[in-house]
Amino acid sequence: MRVLERFGAGTIAFLEYLGGIVSLIGESIRSLVHAQIRYAETFTQSYELGLGSLLIVLLTSLFTGMVISLESAQQAVQFGIGSLVGGAVTYTSVRELGPMLTAVVVAGRVGSAIAAEIGSMVVTEQIDALRSMGLSPVRFLVVPRLLALAIMLPLLTIFADIISIVGGMWIAQAYAHINPETFISSARQAVGFEDVVKGLVKALVFACIIAFVGCYQGLSTRGGAAGVGRATTSAVVISIILIFGTNFIMSYLLFGTH
Amino acid sequence: MDASSIYARLDDVTLSFGEHVILKNCSLDIVRGAITCIVGLSGAGKSTILRLLDGLIEPSSGHVYVDGHDLCHTPERKLVELRQKTSLAFQFAALLDSLTIGENVGLPLREHTALPDEKIRHIVDDALESVGLRHVYDSLPNELSGGMLKRAGFARAIVTRPELVLYDEPTTGLDPIVTNLITDTILRLRQKLDGTAVVISHDLHSIFRMADYVAMLFEGAIIAYGPREEIRTSTNPFVQQFLTGSEVGPIPV
Repeated sequence: MRVLERFGAGTIAFLEYLGGIVSLIGESIRSLVHAQIRYAETFTQSYELGLGSLLIVLLTSLFTGMVISLESAQQAVQFGIGSLVGGAVTYTSVRELGPMLTAVVVAGRVGSAIAAEIGSMVVTEQIDALRSMGLSPVRFLVVPRLLALAIMLPLLTIFADIISIVGGMWIAQAYAHINPETFISSARQAVGFEDVVKGLVKALVFACIIAFVGCYQGLSTRGGAAGVGRATTSAVVISIILIFGTNFIMSYLLFGTH
Repeated sequence: MDASSIYARLDDVTLSFGEHVILKNCSLDIVRGAITCIVGLSGAGKSTILRLLDGLIEPSSGHVYVDGHDLCHTPERKLVELRQKTSLAFQFAALLDSLTIGENVGLPLREHTALPDEKIRHIVDDALESVGLRHVYDSLPNELSGGMLKRAGFARAIVTRPELVLYDEPTTGLDPIVTNLITDTILRLRQKLDGTAVVISHDLHSIFRMADYVAMLFEGAIIAYGPREEIRTSTNPFVQQFLTGSEVGPIPV
């Protein structure tokens, strides 16, 4: 009986969460449709959330490209197909690791910051103050962060793709003596413009996940400083799980059907 | 008391979260143009009444009327309109950390009116002047003391010239001098706005200085209500125990 009760409570909590997120998405879309956008705040958020994440995104992408190249070059040279390393590195970076790793890094850095900031505003009654003044917290806080991430995450992904390929190219040359011309030629054969665009579509979807989950966790914060801590952790964990799951579904839909 | 003299009303309001009942069949009239102070034990639901009057929460049953409008089951868009008439000064001011004091105070004007920047600056300066804080326009909230923050919160609350101002524990945690200053400010603002105010407070000295009417909340219901002097001299044992601060009486310690 207790198992059933727990299952029921869990289901209700899940549905409540889902309903909350859907309601947040609906209200955000309504604000966007009515062009109720705070442009200055969107610009500030783009700068803080996007530019602030650039270095960590570049570093993780650089090392990821380098390690893919290291592993694949070792095997490829052994089998006499070293000329395909450029294709392997670029293919993996542009279609999968670029968008996903960038999103995971941004979820850790920005998703947590959004949840913590909005959560602190909840516990210090700043959100109630906005509502009391007749201002929508969604228009005031969520929409600028959503737009900032929707602009900046694809941009960061482009940088991540480039630096990952450059890192891979460097290791391929230094470790397996594959010259850059061969590497680039292989990359161009393996990956088309369409793949880059699809990777950026993934980044856009991940941006929405990070923004909505971070904002929702922040807005539903309860219980003071401990509650802010819980909201922050949940924002990161839920975002990362959703990013991985969505990445699989999108890879299947975008790349897997042909 | 005729209906036109009542600005806001809680009508048989019950509010509960799960099994936890906060207000139980609570009714209260807020007289137009008067300062009504609500007293009661900590956790009695006093701040909840302010949130109900501001439309931030809805009762489980009963009705909340402000200037003749029922706030219950009202769509958020209509509530936004009605909230222009009321203003809540939060216990800890609840100013937005990222904005300066001037930007905080001017926020409702910038968002709800099409006034030019110079006009907004003039109104904000005037609001800050009326709480004695004109010099902190460019300061951030974390640069101000607790008393100054509360007064900055008052300035934001009055900047749109609301008809009803709700003060949530304006003197809690302040020294006697600042408490007097805050009490004077509330009295001065009432005169300036010529409006209605509801004040939640535990400070009996300041309550009996500013209140026209006093209501006492106990276990989710109003157990005493009347003009200030009537409450001060009340023989109600609950009121007597609360006013004297005695541990002996019907209120369990």
